[in-house]
Amino acid sequence: MKVTVDGRDIDAEPGRSIAAVLHADGLRSWRTTRVEGSPRGLFCGIGVCFDCLVTINGRPNLRACLITVREGDVIETQEGVGRA
Amino acid sequence: MPDADLAVIGAGPAGLAAAGAAARAGLTVVLLDPAERPGGQFYRHRDGDDGRGHHHWRDYLRLAGDLEGVHYLPGHRVWHAEPGEPHVLHCLAGNRDERPVTVRAAKIVLATGAHDRALPFPGWDLPGVMTAGGAQALWKGQGLPAGRRVVISGTGPFLLPVATGLLKAGARVAGVYEANRPSAALLPLALDPARAVEGAGYALALARHRVPYRTGRAVIAAHGEGRLESVTVARLDRDWQPVPGTEKIVTCDALAIGYGFTPQLELAVQLGCAVEDGPDGSAVITADAAQATTVPGVWAAGETLGVGGAVLAMATGALAGHAAAGTTPPGALLRRRARQRRLAAAIAAAWPVRDGWREWLRDDTVVCRCEEVDHGALKRAIADGARDVRSAKLLCRAGMGLCQGRVCGFPVARVLGVPDRPNRPVAQPVRLRDLAYPDTSRGEHR
Repeated sequence: MKVTVDGRDIDAEPGRSIAAVLHADGLRSWRTTRVEGSPRGLFCGIGVCFDCLVTINGRPNLRACLITVREGDVIETQEGVGRA
Repeated sequence: MPDADLAVIGAGPAGLAAAGAAARAGLTVVLLDPAERPGGQFYRHRDGDDGRGHHHWRDYLRLAGDLEGVHYLPGHRVWHAEPGEPHVLHCLAGNRDERPVTVRAAKIVLATGAHDRALPFPGWDLPGVMTAGGAQALWKGQGLPAGRRVVISGTGPFLLPVATGLLKAGARVAGVYEANRPSAALLPLALDPARAVEGAGYALALARHRVPYRTGRAVIAAHGEGRLESVTVARLDRDWQPVPGTEKIVTCDALAIGYGFTPQLELAVQLGCAVEDGPDGSAVITADAAQATTVPGVWAAGETLGVGGAVLAMATGALAGHAAAGTTPPGALLRRRARQRRLAAAIAAAWPVRDGWREWLRDDTVVCRCEEVDHGALKRAIADGARDVRSAKLLCRAGMGLCQGRVCGFPVARVLGVPDRPNRPVAQPVRLRDLAYPDTSRGEHR
């Protein structure tokens, strides 16, 4: 299936988490922190650490490791507090 | 009227065993779990998984088969548990569009499991650095290696299946660095045939792929511009202080770190259950021989009682299910629990976390990842009078962020020299409307 990341089309294997889709595409970070602007991606991978926050279909601050991908998901990297 | 006789929280090995045993004894059982599939972290799997690469998969198939008699609610996160008659569990259901769900049950079995324990060091917040459990979840749950060339560092036998999982996923493992030097303490493990076979399998896989396994060493720093490019490995003394002059740079694009596990006890604490110091430095639920906690109508099972692995978790889970149902458990379960507890104690003794890791920290090393609090700020908070985790949080914000101190709680407590106590009245970040109207969905699951 197809999804977009910051407007770019990428392939997504059905059943995978959003984090796994991004990881499989070679991405290792998809947000920056609000104080230092440091890049963050997967850390705990099981929903505990909140490092992998991402914007999906306009909703910011979702844990990419917990959400199963759906056809046509619009995924956006996010900065700071994550509000548009 | 409660929705169910029993609510089991957590669908890992312990929760599945508890729910199955109680349902067979005639109780109406609701099983709540945040994940979309049963199995917890140990049995994390993919759709159509044939069980290859899983240990004790036949047990999982048996336990999952028992779900037919259970009202299983996947995708349900309990954020607050109120004790009473009945107990009330406030949940959020769904990960994309959360909706509130309230479950009432006369009895509760807590099988909330544990998460990875990490220690901070310079560069541990670089993308590419993951927990060992995170790397394992990426392989078991998604079929992906954490990187192309991966280093594993930490302590405990769990590092071995993480290494072999990465090899199966197609990664190169550049080295496994075990901070302890386990030796004589391992003897009780060698006497357990199942674990001896399992351990031999890991050793063989590492040898076949020429993966170096080095004890008394650890990754003490990670380096890279925007993502991980290499790590510094150093020899450690008995207290885990780096031995000067032994540092070595190892190139890698992923690092998996694991220093044991922290039981998830916030729901137990909310219910008023007593907790105590476990053998590995993290708190565990206080429970009697029948798995009963100090709160009437609440039992505990699995890793919430101290990390002991899936076989022990299945035993304590089934025992908790029997206790909740008031049925007599088979003697074999009691013997298995006793035996597995002895093994767990041997493991905790052989792979402790020593305090010398604090020497890995520099003043500008991030300690609290969420609030980006560095070690220097934590030291200033201590100089300003912080004596426990709570006052440190108020003075420097360590533990104030979205993860609620789950990741930094253990290291911050060790820097302060106090126990890490999981006091979180709200166990998950929730919206104000969920606090204001917690009962809006009452009846949805009745």
